[in-house]
Amino acid sequence: MRLTFNVNGRQQEADDVWEGESLLYVLRERLGLPGSKNACEQGECGSCTVRLDGVPVCSCLVAAGQAQDRDIVTVEGLADQAKKRAAAGCAGGACGTTLDEAKQWESKPADGQSGEASTSPLTLSPIQQAFIDAGAVQCGFCTPGLLVAADELLERNDSPSDADIREALSGNLCRCTGYEKILDAVRLAAARAGAETAGTGA
Amino acid sequence: MDFLRPASWEEALAAKAEHPTAVPIAGGTDVMVEINFDHRRPDVLLDLNRIAELQEWEVGEDTVRLGASVSYTSIIENLRSELPGLALASHTVASPQIRNRGGVGGNLGTASPAGDAHPALLASGGEVEAVSVRGTRMIPIDEFYVGVKRNALEPDELIRAVHLPKADGPQQFSKVGTRNAMVIAVCAFGLALHPKTRTIRTGIGSAAPTPIRAKEAETFLAAALEEGGFWENGKIIPPAVARQFAELVSGAANPIDDVRGSASYRRHALGIMARRTLGWTWDEYRGNERSAQCA
Repeated sequence: MRLTFNVNGRQQEADDVWEGESLLYVLRERLGLPGSKNACEQGECGSCTVRLDGVPVCSCLVAAGQAQDRDIVTVEGLADQAKKRAAAGCAGGACGTTLDEAKQWESKPADGQSGEASTSPLTLSPIQQAFIDAGAVQCGFCTPGLLVAADELLERNDSPSDADIREALSGNLCRCTGYEKILDAVRLAAARAGAETAGTGA
Repeated sequence: MDFLRPASWEEALAAKAEHPTAVPIAGGTDVMVEINFDHRRPDVLLDLNRIAELQEWEVGEDTVRLGASVSYTSIIENLRSELPGLALASHTVASPQIRNRGGVGGNLGTASPAGDAHPALLASGGEVEAVSVRGTRMIPIDEFYVGVKRNALEPDELIRAVHLPKADGPQQFSKVGTRNAMVIAVCAFGLALHPKTRTIRTGIGSAAPTPIRAKEAETFLAAALEEGGFWENGKIIPPAVARQFAELVSGAANPIDDVRGSASYRRHALGIMARRTLGWTWDEYRGNERSAQCA
């Protein structure tokens, strides 16, 4: 079957999708977006976490056909999403991206190798930068899922408690057991966002 | 494999009537695991995600009609006061990602003895709204689980909703596992006090071929509370009564040894959970909500 859906702000199509295929498989194998990782295939590890209409889900447990006409954000789209979020501001606590803004989204080429490197410098979302700065990346396999989950947490809760962070990340396993640094990274991202907001007097 | 995407409930019922072997998929948290692992190759998948009313709930005067696909996250966020036992159980389901997708309809459809919602549903009491092109059946929750991973649905039926009475008293849920998140219950226990009818209801998970009630324990406790005038005087339940209740709950289970735990451990743990949840609910009934919500 043919699948038409929105990935990181862009309309995408995939053909010859098998009916029993997961969204994760479509993303990785048909669209060439290998950021979302394939590990347990049973929703235990969270390394395939993506946003489905804004909601964090395990993409290995979403049937491809269920993603028809819906909006997906993968780890590849986090930087864009963060940029959009920053531009929109948080006036009145109304974070997020309006439909019009979403329609203007420009995700970078998915393969990242289409001729000349993109003209814009490599940018990371604040949560990605915080993971690097806090040393929260070891083997890196769990990182994309954790980034998507952590980004969503900070979107709805700008000053999460440790308990909030643990709860939000409870569906993501890190087998290097780098959890302490991962918690540090989320705290760091939250603190930086707070400092920025205070700085601008917003 | 065919993938059907009905846009309305009527279309879904028609599709299920035409393809009785079609496997309904909503959150996918059970079905997709089976497909990913090649344990199941349904000839037809029936996607229910486009049917908005399945994700809605209605709070009536006495009951809540909970759409089959209302996510556990929504239950936790929105129905904590009406369905406290189910909300507590929902909070123990897997992880945020799974709770965002899974719902009670799927738990009922799969009918695993380990489904987290079952003990809470049994303790609350209620009915499953099973619908086909032939009409609607209200199946009492007590009659819904008929065997290991088997339920009372006919092949052409789909679960539209569950109808649960709004809590008329304290409810609790307790679950044993190796950690808080991502755990299939070693065993689980739900308890609901129903002060209006002066009855007790219970639910046991992962400790028998199906989710079950501990009916003898319920009858014993209701009688003991009645006899001692406890519903009126609100006195502390004597340890001997709590102990007897725990033993009867333990005895109601029919567990097996498996990778998650031994039968004797499950029996033992059920007794402990029965005693603790009784303490918590009774404290709440007496007006002293326990301060720390940890099971």
